[in-house]
Amino acid sequence: MTERISRDDVAHVAWLARLSLRADELERFTLQLGDVLDHAADVAALDLEGVPPTSHPYPVGNVLRADVPDGALDRAEVLAQAPETEEGQFRVPPVRGEAP
Amino acid sequence: MSDRPGSGADVIWAAGSPGLGAPADTEWEMVIGLEVHAELLTRSKLFSGSPNAFGGEPNTNIDPVCMGLPGTLPVLNRHAVELAIRVGLSLGSLVQPSVFARKNYFYPDMPKDYQISQYDRPINVGGSLELPTGKVIGIVRAHLEEDTGKTTHMGGAGRIDDAAYSLVDYNRAGVPLLEIVSYPDLRSPAEAREYVTELRSTLLAVGASDGKMEEGSLRVDANVSVRPVGAGEFGTRCEIKNVNSLRSLGRALEYEARRQIRMLSVGEPVTQQTRHWNEDTGRTSALRTKEEATDYRYFPEPDLVPLDPDPAWVERIRAELPLLPRERRHRLAGLIGEDPARVSLVTERGQDDLALAAIEAGAAPAAVLKHLEQNLADGSGELTADGLAELIGMEARGELTSNQVKDVLAEMVRTGESPATVARRAGFEAVAAGELAAVVDRIIAEHPEEWRRLCAGDGRERKKMQGFFTGQVMRATKGQANGRDVAALLADRAGS
Amino acid sequence: MTAAGPALAIAAAVRGGERSATSVVEESLAAIASGAELAAFNTVTAEAALARARRIDDAVAAGEDPGCLAGVPVALKDNICTRGVATTCSSRILEGWEPPYDATVVGRLNAAGGIVVGKTNMDEFAMGSSTENSAFGPTLNPCDPARVPGGSSGGSAAAGAAAMTPVALGSDTGGSIRQPAALCGVVGMKPTYGRVSRYGLVAFASSLDQIGPITCTVADAALVYSAIAGHDPLDSTSIPEPAGDMSGALGEGVAGLRVGIVAELSGEGIDGDVSARLGAAAESLASLGAEVGEVSVPAAVYGLSAYFLIAPAEASSNLARYDGVRYGLRVPAATAADMNVATRTAGFGDEVKRRIMLGTFALSAGYYDAYYGKALKVRTLVLRDFAAAYERFDVLLAPTSPTVAFRFGERTGNPLAMYLSDACTVASNLAGHPAISVPAGSGADGLPVGVQVMAPALGEAVMFRAAAALERAQADRRPAGSGGATAGSASP
Repeated sequence: MTERISRDDVAHVAWLARLSLRADELERFTLQLGDVLDHAADVAALDLEGVPPTSHPYPVGNVLRADVPDGALDRAEVLAQAPETEEGQFRVPPVRGEAP
Repeated sequence: MSDRPGSGADVIWAAGSPGLGAPADTEWEMVIGLEVHAELLTRSKLFSGSPNAFGGEPNTNIDPVCMGLPGTLPVLNRHAVELAIRVGLSLGSLVQPSVFARKNYFYPDMPKDYQISQYDRPINVGGSLELPTGKVIGIVRAHLEEDTGKTTHMGGAGRIDDAAYSLVDYNRAGVPLLEIVSYPDLRSPAEAREYVTELRSTLLAVGASDGKMEEGSLRVDANVSVRPVGAGEFGTRCEIKNVNSLRSLGRALEYEARRQIRMLSVGEPVTQQTRHWNEDTGRTSALRTKEEATDYRYFPEPDLVPLDPDPAWVERIRAELPLLPRERRHRLAGLIGEDPARVSLVTERGQDDLALAAIEAGAAPAAVLKHLEQNLADGSGELTADGLAELIGMEARGELTSNQVKDVLAEMVRTGESPATVARRAGFEAVAAGELAAVVDRIIAEHPEEWRRLCAGDGRERKKMQGFFTGQVMRATKGQANGRDVAALLADRAGS
Repeated sequence: MTAAGPALAIAAAVRGGERSATSVVEESLAAIASGAELAAFNTVTAEAALARARRIDDAVAAGEDPGCLAGVPVALKDNICTRGVATTCSSRILEGWEPPYDATVVGRLNAAGGIVVGKTNMDEFAMGSSTENSAFGPTLNPCDPARVPGGSSGGSAAAGAAAMTPVALGSDTGGSIRQPAALCGVVGMKPTYGRVSRYGLVAFASSLDQIGPITCTVADAALVYSAIAGHDPLDSTSIPEPAGDMSGALGEGVAGLRVGIVAELSGEGIDGDVSARLGAAAESLASLGAEVGEVSVPAAVYGLSAYFLIAPAEASSNLARYDGVRYGLRVPAATAADMNVATRTAGFGDEVKRRIMLGTFALSAGYYDAYYGKALKVRTLVLRDFAAAYERFDVLLAPTSPTVAFRFGERTGNPLAMYLSDACTVASNLAGHPAISVPAGSGADGLPVGVQVMAPALGEAVMFRAAAALERAQADRRPAGSGGATAGSASP
């Protein structure tokens, strides 16, 4: 299908997924992901020309709810689950950079 | 101008601007496309039931779904879809079957660390927006998506990169947004501002958004590039974020254009990047976004099903659309003339219905326009079109002085009464023509010396004495005489 | 033998005032306690369960009907949200998190008089086929404690097999209800996608996940299915049509029913003992009047590759929210992004990391079309293959697992080998079709073998009809006096 996944690919993907890998993990995961992707290669052998994709197994459409406010959460209950809070907000280490 | 001190505004950045220097023979033009995010006026959020409300205590307008709690699922708000369709129809977009997608990236104010948005199948595609000048700006798409929460950077004087820590409020998370993307058809900061103003008027007209830029319910990202006038190709563009008012939009675009021209003029290429507008420094700066972080890995949102609005629903929405600002301008322009500024002044104040009805009731268009511009700038209150038409008739017939017209109009705005009623109450009974002639003759008889000076005097003396007699007549009629009529009678009696 | 017997009998006795719900729950709690070494449960909610049992007893005493599951103890897989009760997904990253809401299925169980007694162990975030990926240690198979109970709903299957609870709920993304049911010798059923609300099920792969029952009898599975199925406005993918009552279908028999044995799942890659039990099951259905034939469903094989792209892709996005900001684990670091990385690196186990990375890769720029995009097209082929098969057959028959329960550690070093454990089950998930695993006797080392009945979308009634006949045929085959309805009742 495509060439075998490389260590650089895995390192890149780990960054995208906000995971950090030790060198030995990087090595091991690269091999293991390569095995699974090799197995997935039999998908490439299929003639998929003109085949539409299926995202939902059961066709349901136009599911809409009425614009009625309900179901609000109690702030204290939500904040009680948070690792760190301040003045009714969730506190996090400094965010460097804006949202991409 | 907000250019960098010392760098010199040494480039021409738009065709026709004053020549400012090197390279002397290059004239530049800007190419601008705007992405406008409008918060939709729903009662609840796009995919869940917590209130869509501005200004609450932090983290009080939240529910399990908009907080992205494990196990929760989105369900689409019908009214948000209706508002999106209203906007699409107003822009002449094709309202089409659409699907939601997940846009994946990590940021603390995004509860699921993905945003539900529309990607390759947006609800509205194509369309256009006509500016008051008549220029038509193309619309690429207008799609639905959810808003994020808000991150406040604490310490480090509020500067994002010096902050000691950050606080997150999710009240805004999940608020429905419509992202309206224009083609790069805009050519100047003024035009960009006009576009946003017109789009805002349209959103307000159809009840889709409150359009409050200062509250962030209307937000603008600008894609801007420059190119030599006459060039066919577009230059490399930069996207400017954090533009929070119409004024900063103009400033940011001007700054960014100058920056790009400065680079291109010395042979430096412009790099495609996202830049942050800093209101305080008046500059844009590159966001320190990692290159990798822009791989959003869009894929169809499996928790939502395709949206294919029933054509009957779409047609019902279309039938219920109010007149749009553009349609109102065209309607008015046919009657009061084509001057776009004067026309749009009336429509922007929402007084075009009044004007049209007054003209319909027989008032002269020019007189209507005069009153709208001069006497009704603060709104028309309770004033009725019939009342305005009647008043203009009285004025034309000389039944009220221009001062009296102003007073009567102000009272009509307050009470909605007819001009006759107001004038009667104020004692502004118009002086009948014969009655006025008698008063004038009596005043002449009472002041023979002054009358002689008027008749014999040179231009200056004559004018002075005319003023004297007019004043006497006004005093005698308690100001109810028409100045023009008085002048005509005096001229007649003086035999000139 | 279940401590308290099948759910149908319990509910009948409690509704009739012949047994108290309190005594039923006490028996269940005692069985859970005595089987603690199996590590089937992450949390036992003894006090709340007893309090609920007393309320149900009061209701019966007051002449009210608590519902079709009156007094029935239920174990919930620990990825089903329970208000105020820890819901961990057997992951460090969610340790201590208490949802502020109940899953829809929990509300429906309660409304039917069911009593939640605890949360069961699982592979972390339902990713695995052995329950070895639980952050809290594996669950042991009650049939042989040296072997895995299967997964990912291993705790729920073990709770049923060890007679701790007559009813457990699991979730099935690629076989996670059916495979452990087969390996533990109990009944496990995955409904049509959309039949049972996913609201409150912590997502693994949203377009594949379904909640379903694990029970000791087919009748109990049908009973629980009917209680939890049906439209839910909180789940956009929920099917609007009513699920209906299944009890009528159970006794219909299979005379004239067209049963297709899936050729691709009956030969290569399937252990001989398993194939033999499948053959015997087919024979018994034929002897009851079913028209049994063989059918080729190529999708049953290549579906696995598509599954291992689609499920991780969706998971990579679903699991992004575990970032240390709002709930669960946080590992401190200097910046928010570093905190995200530290938290996720410490909070997720290897299998979860592998699948997140696999899915991230399948969706990433330059690879989407080759991997995820293609997998979605394969999914269309899977649906077409099944549609063709169901033109000729009413239900399909296949093994649930290629092997009987394997030993601990046997497949942990080789993720691909572990993934192949799902070879027989994933096609139903890709198609969104219902399927049920029914105990079909013993294979190697006397370990239970499960046979799977698959049906087209919304075909739960015909699926239960065939499954009930299969179950009766097994019971008839067993020597008289062996008791119980399942092989798994031979618990330690």
